Amino acid sequence: MATWLLRRLAAALAIVFAVVTLSFIAIHLAPGTPFLPGDERAVDPAVVAALRARFGLDQPLPVQFVRYLGALGHGDLGLSFSQRRPVAQALADAVPNTLLLAGTALAVDLLLGLTLGTYQASRARRRVDAAIRAATLTLYSLPVFWLALVLLLVFGERLHWLPVGGIRDPVLSDSAPFAAHLADRLRHLILPALTLGVVGAAGTARYQRAAMLEALNQEFVRAARAKGLSERRVVWLHALRNALLPAITMVGLALPFLLTGAVLVETVFAWPGMGKLTADAIAARDYPVVTATALLASVLVVTGSALADLLYMAADPRVRAPDA
Amino acid sequence: MTEPVLRVRDLKTYFVTEGGGTARAVDGVSFDLYPGETLGLVGESGCGKTITSLSLLRLIPEPPGHIRPGSLIELEGRNLLTLAPRDLRAVRGNRLAMIFQEPMSSLNPVLTVGDQIAEGAIVHQGLSRRAARARAMEMLQLVGIPDPELRVDDYPHQLSGGMRQRVMIAMALVCHPQVLIADEPTTALDVTIQAQILELLDRLQRELGMAIMLITHDLGVVAGTADRVLVMYAGEVVEGASTPDLFAHPVHPYTEGLLASVPRLDRPRERLSGIPGTVPAASAWPSGCRFHPRCPHAWDRCRQEEPTLFEVGPGHTARCWLVVEPARRRGAAAP
Amino acid sequence: MSGARWFAVLAVIAWSALAALVLRQRFERRGADHRGPGRRFVRARGTLIAVGILVFFATVALVAPLLTPYRPSLQLDIVRLQNAPPSWGHPLGTDLYSRDTWSRIAYGARVSLSVGTLAMLLAATLGALVGAAAGYFRRWTDAVLMRLVDVGLAIPRIFILLVAAALTTHLPLATLVLMLGLTSWFATSRLVRAEVLSIRERDFVASARALGGGAWRVIFRHVLPNVAAPLIVSMALGIAQVMLLEAALSFLGVGVQPPTPSWGNMIAEGRDQLATAPWTTIFPGLAIVLVVMALNTVADALRDALDPRQETP
Repeated sequence: MATWLLRRLAAALAIVFAVVTLSFIAIHLAPGTPFLPGDERAVDPAVVAALRARFGLDQPLPVQFVRYLGALGHGDLGLSFSQRRPVAQALADAVPNTLLLAGTALAVDLLLGLTLGTYQASRARRRVDAAIRAATLTLYSLPVFWLALVLLLVFGERLHWLPVGGIRDPVLSDSAPFAAHLADRLRHLILPALTLGVVGAAGTARYQRAAMLEALNQEFVRAARAKGLSERRVVWLHALRNALLPAITMVGLALPFLLTGAVLVETVFAWPGMGKLTADAIAARDYPVVTATALLASVLVVTGSALADLLYMAADPRVRAPDA
Repeated sequence: MTEPVLRVRDLKTYFVTEGGGTARAVDGVSFDLYPGETLGLVGESGCGKTITSLSLLRLIPEPPGHIRPGSLIELEGRNLLTLAPRDLRAVRGNRLAMIFQEPMSSLNPVLTVGDQIAEGAIVHQGLSRRAARARAMEMLQLVGIPDPELRVDDYPHQLSGGMRQRVMIAMALVCHPQVLIADEPTTALDVTIQAQILELLDRLQRELGMAIMLITHDLGVVAGTADRVLVMYAGEVVEGASTPDLFAHPVHPYTEGLLASVPRLDRPRERLSGIPGTVPAASAWPSGCRFHPRCPHAWDRCRQEEPTLFEVGPGHTARCWLVVEPARRRGAAAP
Repeated sequence: MSGARWFAVLAVIAWSALAALVLRQRFERRGADHRGPGRRFVRARGTLIAVGILVFFATVALVAPLLTPYRPSLQLDIVRLQNAPPSWGHPLGTDLYSRDTWSRIAYGARVSLSVGTLAMLLAATLGALVGAAAGYFRRWTDAVLMRLVDVGLAIPRIFILLVAAALTTHLPLATLVLMLGLTSWFATSRLVRAEVLSIRERDFVASARALGGGAWRVIFRHVLPNVAAPLIVSMALGIAQVMLLEAALSFLGVGVQPPTPSWGNMIAEGRDQLATAPWTTIFPGLAIVLVVMALNTVADALRDALDPRQETP
């Protein structure tokens, strides 16, 4: 088990290193220089040369790469053109918001999706199942940003039930009670989190339905029924325990979806997270920010999937205690 | 004469096939099972013996299968086919238990064996978790698993095949059922383990006084353990007799064929004989006697009329026209 | 829109329904579905509608000029027809620049569908080749290629594409298709590799090799044809995924550039008019949803038909 752990960690680190290298290459492929977007020709060549020397850009590439790695180690991700401050700072402000959004969305995704999928499997091939299948197929096929816009239109513009964007009400005074602040935050969180969560749940439900059906087809389910156990116990205890194992792997797969979705949903709802940061940076051609977020996203994906694998190993007794 | 603990009359289990036809997997099976006896149910694959056993517990998947009305399954005087679901569940695992062929796939891989054995006691007898766990350890001891206090927290994959089968038996017997149905309990095991398991079943039967229905295709298993034997073919019982009677004086040509095909060590070397032909599909049983295409003695009557079960002697029945017209037997000595 | 155009649109709808029925007859599913009327009903009808939808949009893309009264970039009466709601003359309304929404959707179909299909074909080819090589040759080839795939799968596609977009002033359409294809083959390669690994152990492969077939010959003539089934299913799903990705990129401004209409950039342009002219956002999105749903349904049906071993989720 320990050797597997080490190998898995080593593989993860290797992937991260490869991504870091790619991002270094990306930065150096950019036209212009890291501190002057676009065309250098507009600036006096002497100034450019001096700046290059100052930032070590006249050094050979391998040296620059090492310096890059060193800078990363210190948390220095370069400077953002559009925000005129270190990228790391911009990320530090933005990432917690994305974690809040993605975390809530993931919770919605898993709770709704796993329950729905299991329920579908217990009523397989009947009308309820067919209806839910149609619903999940539709939700699964929606472009996330379009759903966000539609929900915004309905609940924000037309019904005025929920705010049309942002993370909180700027007008709410600081002296207002905590409950008011909490309520305000929640009202702003609902639409973006639901948009991501519901589309994710549709995919999870489809997957979980298949996993449950497979579990229910196993011999031990028939043996459990032969013991006189209630159908509810057979489905929700015996079969589900088995079907949850592949669901753990699903969580690992959910991360790329959440991160991609964050870029789109945060843009629509003006949610100040990593995704909106990226979208704004794209519009401004601020590629230090874009490459930094790509790097961070990859690290999150790799970490997430490694954690999911770890969780799987801990949960499956056949893996945890291989024996006899 | 004691009452049978299990009475089955005219059990018919049909399946709807893909093409829209009907597979008559079990087509009118009747038998009695008496307390304390072991009844062997023998036949090739496709003859309907497993479906019969699953029907007893009503474990047939409802589409595409169904048990025909007119069938009767009576356990201790109660008709299992008319029981409400809740009452049926109270019977399963409690009064009537079943063990399956593949112990590895019949045990839930993510639960400990102790939990799985204890579950029956918790659900049917309302035992507390601690009491049920203690009972699970007792059962492990009963079925001959060493170090039960350690094994009770093991997972199925940590045990050997023979031990897993013992766990299955423990699981089935935890509530001391009246009847145990064993569907090919030894087929997936090594020969030496087979003998141990059969011996275990024998011992438990004597200690607990239950009836066992042993389903197998292996005549050797039946010879050693069963008191009576039923031979099934094409969804029907074709011969029934006490074990000594069946082996010494088989009547139905199918039974004769089965016995003849067992390789013998105590005879001079000879060609292995088999029964020509194959088991027909359940959706298309042959007309008349279902065995006639493969029977060396078949004549017109066999092709046209289906025989019923005739009495050959006390406790010995056979579904064959030869009982009525023994002269038709080929190679029979002239009377 | 004139009567003739309406008639043309109705004709296309009728033709789609007919084509769907004919295709369904041809591809009658092998393999049973005797498990209950509910599922069979949904299946059969759902697949029919899905095929119909795909034929409809493909036809619209092909004969767009015949079905639309206006060119998509034609700005009509900018005073009275700006952000006009749906009407007889403009069945799907007009947008901020007084362009007819229906025309833009029809021409947008050309862009979105062709980008999706071409990129998917590129990705499927790459994925199949890489996966086959990795699965067949194993050892070093496998190790190297699969590590590459691991890296590719670690970066969410949209970020790779955004980085690429940030490095250039804009992405011409061809480059967009290329980039989409180059970033979408990773999962396919894993799929193909898994299939190849199991197929290469089969006897007919051994006999092909014994008869002196070179490695690539064996791969193309014997191994890959057997991988066709799951590959085709993943291709159908692949088009859907690429279309969604292209829509997202166009929405963010780095995909298809205006004035060329793509369903994604139409949604982006409509975003500011969300309150006053929601139809400019809703209809392009609806088009995407319909096509993606149809592709997913067809993929399920293909999975049933071509690979009965694999139970469709």
